Amino acid sequence: MEYFIQQLVNGITLGSIYGLIAIGYTMVYGIIGMINFAHGDIFMIGAFVALISFIIFSLTGIALPIILLLVLLIAMLFTACYGWTVEKLAYKPLRGSFRLAPLISALGMSIVLQNYVQVSQGARVKPMQPLFSGGLEFFKNSDFIVTVSYLQIFIVVLTIILMGIFTYLITKTDLGRAQRACEQDRTMTALLGINVDRTISITFIIGSSLASVAGMMFVLYYGVIDFYIGFLAGIKAFTAAVLGGIGSLPGAMLGGLLIGLIETFWAGYVSLEYKDVAAFSVLIVVLIFFPTGFLGKPDIEKV
Amino acid sequence: MEKKDIIQSFKDSLFTGLIALALFGPIVGLRTVSKGEGLFITPQWGVVFLLVGLCILGRFLININSARRTEFKIFSTLSSKFSSISENKAKHFAITGILFAVVFPFLPFTDRYFMDVAIMILTYIMLGWGLNIVVGLAGLLDLGYVAFYAVGAYSYALIATTFGWSFWICLPLAGVFAAFFGILLGFPVLRLRGDYLAIVTLGFGEIIRIILINWYEVTNGPDGITGIPRPSFFGLPFKRSPDEGEISFHLFFNLEYSTMHRIIFLYYLILVLALITNYFTLKIRKLPVGRAWEALREDEIACKSLGVNPTNTKLTAFAIGAMFGGFAGSFFATRQAFISPESFTFIESAIIVAIVVLGGMGSQTGVVLASIFLIGITEMFRDLEQFRMIAFGGAMVLIMVFKPKGILANRKPTILMHGDKK
Repeated sequence: MEYFIQQLVNGITLGSIYGLIAIGYTMVYGIIGMINFAHGDIFMIGAFVALISFIIFSLTGIALPIILLLVLLIAMLFTACYGWTVEKLAYKPLRGSFRLAPLISALGMSIVLQNYVQVSQGARVKPMQPLFSGGLEFFKNSDFIVTVSYLQIFIVVLTIILMGIFTYLITKTDLGRAQRACEQDRTMTALLGINVDRTISITFIIGSSLASVAGMMFVLYYGVIDFYIGFLAGIKAFTAAVLGGIGSLPGAMLGGLLIGLIETFWAGYVSLEYKDVAAFSVLIVVLIFFPTGFLGKPDIEKV
Repeated sequence: MEKKDIIQSFKDSLFTGLIALALFGPIVGLRTVSKGEGLFITPQWGVVFLLVGLCILGRFLININSARRTEFKIFSTLSSKFSSISENKAKHFAITGILFAVVFPFLPFTDRYFMDVAIMILTYIMLGWGLNIVVGLAGLLDLGYVAFYAVGAYSYALIATTFGWSFWICLPLAGVFAAFFGILLGFPVLRLRGDYLAIVTLGFGEIIRIILINWYEVTNGPDGITGIPRPSFFGLPFKRSPDEGEISFHLFFNLEYSTMHRIIFLYYLILVLALITNYFTLKIRKLPVGRAWEALREDEIACKSLGVNPTNTKLTAFAIGAMFGGFAGSFFATRQAFISPESFTFIESAIIVAIVVLGGMGSQTGVVLASIFLIGITEMFRDLEQFRMIAFGGAMVLIMVFKPKGILANRKPTILMHGDKK
């Protein structure tokens, strides 16, 4: 039982990270109907920017909460630049091209980003000294002590705050309305005087900033990154987006949590080696049996 | 061009520079290096300023160019020239190409290194042609093609090392296994729409690789399988000193022993395998099933309305593509005599997809050109491996942006209702 609760806590933490990445996939899919294959690598770039700024700030001796806030903002800002540029260079010229063109372009972009980081930062894994230590302990008098570290609490709370801001942005502001309008009918939205290109750019910026937060959490949580983390995390987050129903924002978060839980429980109870197979199998099973996911709308093909 | 335009484009370039600074600043400018216990940062501002400067200059030139309303003239004339080659001289090109490939091993400048590169290029050509059936003809983007390559290689290796059967028995078996895996995967997933299918095939490729790494008892895990038998010349092995009762190739033909014999034999083997793939594709395009693939690629709903079963039709394409992947895989295994999961990563799939896409989906000649270009030319820059991959991905993006149909576009269906008129 205690073991189960521990795995649950770990799963929720991991799920928060996946959920934040999944939002980027689902938003872009909703608005321009393409799978942004390079999104996982944007997450990786976010992790690197966070790592670099952590190293710099830890030399200055500022208090930890301020460092966290600064790193958060810096990572979001720089990673958003990447998201914006990738969209402008690789996807914008392809609107109206044949269906698979943006996917292939995204694949190329993903290869470029991965190798670009490999060249500029080196291929070795980057370890980081843990900034957080300690945590709350439960069930102290049983044989298995459940530990909820402060880091896990930080990750989950930060995710909840970001989700709150994000939901407000999408449901209550003009920007969110424009975005939802673009999702439904881009031509009509343009006719009504909304700058569609700008709305799409902002979508990429928001998606990349959330991914960079996930990247920062990843650095803190695992303490080690390399240029290759984007690939697996990207696939898993995409699975999460599909599981929750692609195009649906609460779905992405829900899917992220589920994938995080599935992965943790699989690793905890079944086998550690095959934990990535679990994620891929879930992806395949979900796509086959309910491609619309939990909260998605059915996709009807028209002539 | 007015002064206002110049100022405008200058401002725009400066903005580009600012963005470039934000992009390259942290990632290129602050390189993390691990020393002893922790990570430290080595600044590299010189490189950053160089890159930013290049971006500003590039942007400025593009702006001036577009203000004059002259397009990339060189690019478009080159590509139209390429297209005219494909229209008129495809046959001549093919015949010359095959003749050259046949005499290649006996040309005076051909040495061991050239042969190795040529074999590698031919392997990729064969993989490209195999994938072209799936991507080019049937229009299904398969990002896990390397899985079938791996299945072919491993089934060849396992059968050959366990039972000791000869290459010529194992080769078709490996193809059958790969095709079987193609059907196994294809049956449930081919109902999916294009981009979902791409991601699922990618997932399948990774699953196969993870299984190969972890299933120690059968695949020997990350250590791979060693001692895979080399192919023999119809029963005559390529050995300096054959086992008792055996006659080796050089003794049978009364030749001086040379390791080149085996290399040349491998070269012709892959050449023949590749040509079979090509011949098969060209023929099947004209059969009803080939027509159905092309029709499905163009319009799935119309096909369904006309009574074509999309799942079965796609399944045949998938299985046949997988089979050729399996053949190529068993060739790879016999050539290397050693295989490990390392050789079957996602990047390999991406390279094969890139070959098909850059060549122009559906174009057989395009695959050849793209393979020679991507594998051959970049082989010369082996030391710059990582830059090679950046150029690789960049080429994929650029081709999609400027010429989404590839170098040699050949998406024209082989048959049209009203002859050649559109």
